[in-house]
Amino acid sequence: MPRTLAGKIWDQHVVRSAPGEPDLLYIDLHLVHEVTSPQAFESLRLNGRRVRRPDLTLATVDHNNPTRGGYRAADEISRRQMDALAANCEWAGIKLYGLGSRRQGIVHVIGPELGLTHPGKTIVCGDSHTSTHGAFGALAFGIGSSEVEHVLATQCLWQRRPRDLAVEVEGELPMGVTAKDLVLGLIAQVGIAAGSGSAVEYRGSTIRGLSMEGRMTVCNMSIEWGARVGMVAPDDTTFAFLEGRQHAPKGPEWEAALDRWRALASDPGAEFAEVLRLDAAALEPFVTWGTNPGQAAPISGRVPEPADETAERALRYMALRPGTALQDIELDRVFIGSCTNARLEDLRVAAQVVRGRHVHPRVRALVVPGSASVKLAAEAEGLDRVFTEAGFEWRDAGCSMCLGMNNDILAPGERCASTSNRNFEGRQGSGGRTHLVSPPMAAAAALAGHLVDVRRL
Amino acid sequence: MKEFRVHRGRMAPLDRDNVDTDQIIPKQFLRRVERSGFGPYLFYDWRRDEPDFVLDRPQHRGASVLVAGINFGCGSSREHAPWAIEDAGYRVVIAPSFADIFLSNCGKVGILAVALREGRVRQLMEIAGEAPETELTVDLERQVVSAPGFESGFEVDPFTRECLLNGWDEVGLTLRHEDAIGAFEARSGAAAKA
Repeated sequence: MPRTLAGKIWDQHVVRSAPGEPDLLYIDLHLVHEVTSPQAFESLRLNGRRVRRPDLTLATVDHNNPTRGGYRAADEISRRQMDALAANCEWAGIKLYGLGSRRQGIVHVIGPELGLTHPGKTIVCGDSHTSTHGAFGALAFGIGSSEVEHVLATQCLWQRRPRDLAVEVEGELPMGVTAKDLVLGLIAQVGIAAGSGSAVEYRGSTIRGLSMEGRMTVCNMSIEWGARVGMVAPDDTTFAFLEGRQHAPKGPEWEAALDRWRALASDPGAEFAEVLRLDAAALEPFVTWGTNPGQAAPISGRVPEPADETAERALRYMALRPGTALQDIELDRVFIGSCTNARLEDLRVAAQVVRGRHVHPRVRALVVPGSASVKLAAEAEGLDRVFTEAGFEWRDAGCSMCLGMNNDILAPGERCASTSNRNFEGRQGSGGRTHLVSPPMAAAAALAGHLVDVRRL
Repeated sequence: MKEFRVHRGRMAPLDRDNVDTDQIIPKQFLRRVERSGFGPYLFYDWRRDEPDFVLDRPQHRGASVLVAGINFGCGSSREHAPWAIEDAGYRVVIAPSFADIFLSNCGKVGILAVALREGRVRQLMEIAGEAPETELTVDLERQVVSAPGFESGFEVDPFTRECLLNGWDEVGLTLRHEDAIGAFEARSGAAAKA
């Protein structure tokens, strides 16, 4: 029977399958960070259990660390979490890239960067954006802390097979329209729960034409429309990205891996429960106007009349009036960062917009590279100077203002154009207002002081 | 995990769709390293900013069944969300639909998440609003939610049901299959070292 990509990887990882039970699935790579793991380790110890495969586990600090001043700048509670992670990794023999390491960074940035994210792997992390790794043709999904504990102890998880869903994207992305706009446009079209219970495969010529960074951006936001898993079948773009990286297979093993990975595509005739279609050529740069990622519109548009109570509530929170041109929305802050859009390519595109110009006097703008190594690579190209000369702050790696667990937060009432993934109420700081955009759109907004169409700049 | 068989309690109607986990427990409270103590921060911003927030109304104090709109628990995977709900005294959440990770987390924490049709949830919201003293009975063994004048069956994942009914520790359960796990590792060469 023809199988889907997700189905093939699933079948390869079933440890036990019995009627009435979920499948017991083997996990190839477990990424751990300081916020969702302390309770898991604590529970292991209380129960006298050990970590089964520390060699398949990797830890880093990303969620709550300061982005300047290092460990010393962290408040006491954040330090406790970082210290707990260090102690737990020491206890279990897990490799930790902590603050100060050249390999530290957002889990979903460093996995691919280190060459640990491979096609065909099962990958989990106590973070909902784990779907990012699906860009490599891995089956990757976010889990809760109890499941983190379960994977630490058993290297397995009980899982029900998700339904298979395909998103076909055809056509050429117009100039100035990025992978971020593609996924925001998709979510605006299908709604924020359309992917519930599903593993999504993104297909079609547009997806094939995306760089690995672009594919990661798309897969990253799968959870924003309900799908735990989002993936792209591996191809030469994938292999070119991986080859030569620290943990990528080498020599004859590389050749053998390529043979295995090339077989990782949905078979012709494989059945999907649903196929959603998106026309890339019709897309524009998108911005969100509300308090969930589906409340988005093309930048040329206006704040819509609220269609329901949820939208009314969102407009109240965002302090926006229906009919206002999106380009007239003034900003206080701009954030370029997050596991969605803080890779080298994202920073390059944003720097291109910024070069030789200056941030609007009202705006405070922040660039937070996705990892220490992205930061170093960007500095080697002089991108840091492009940003700082334009008036941006250039920071150390971390999740930072995507979720505001450190000091990088919006003040109540502040309005921010952000390259992150969630515009929920208070997400970037209690009372803060978030507009999700692509990196070039964020850069353009910082210069203009309001939301603006980057293509007109 | 506490076992769950039959629960009886009053309802608190939170008539909002797409309640995300950032609202359930805002990030500034995720920095604890313990599993308990999150209850006081449940819906922190809403409670602070809305003086008449529904969960704080006197008639809903002590409620143990949370009734909410579609796609409850969307967003972040933080298990702190069901921990906060549990710590605040709730044992059941009823909604027309749940986000995947939240739903899975509830099962691990000992909270029963019950999906009912939108019309049925609407009925419960009305009962909770008009007769807040009404006690709802949530019977996991029979898979029935009932109150005077209301009865509805519900579906639940059979494995989650077993675990909840017995209060099973899932890790302990899995460790019984250690041989199978070892055999898988030997067979697959699992896996390439991280």
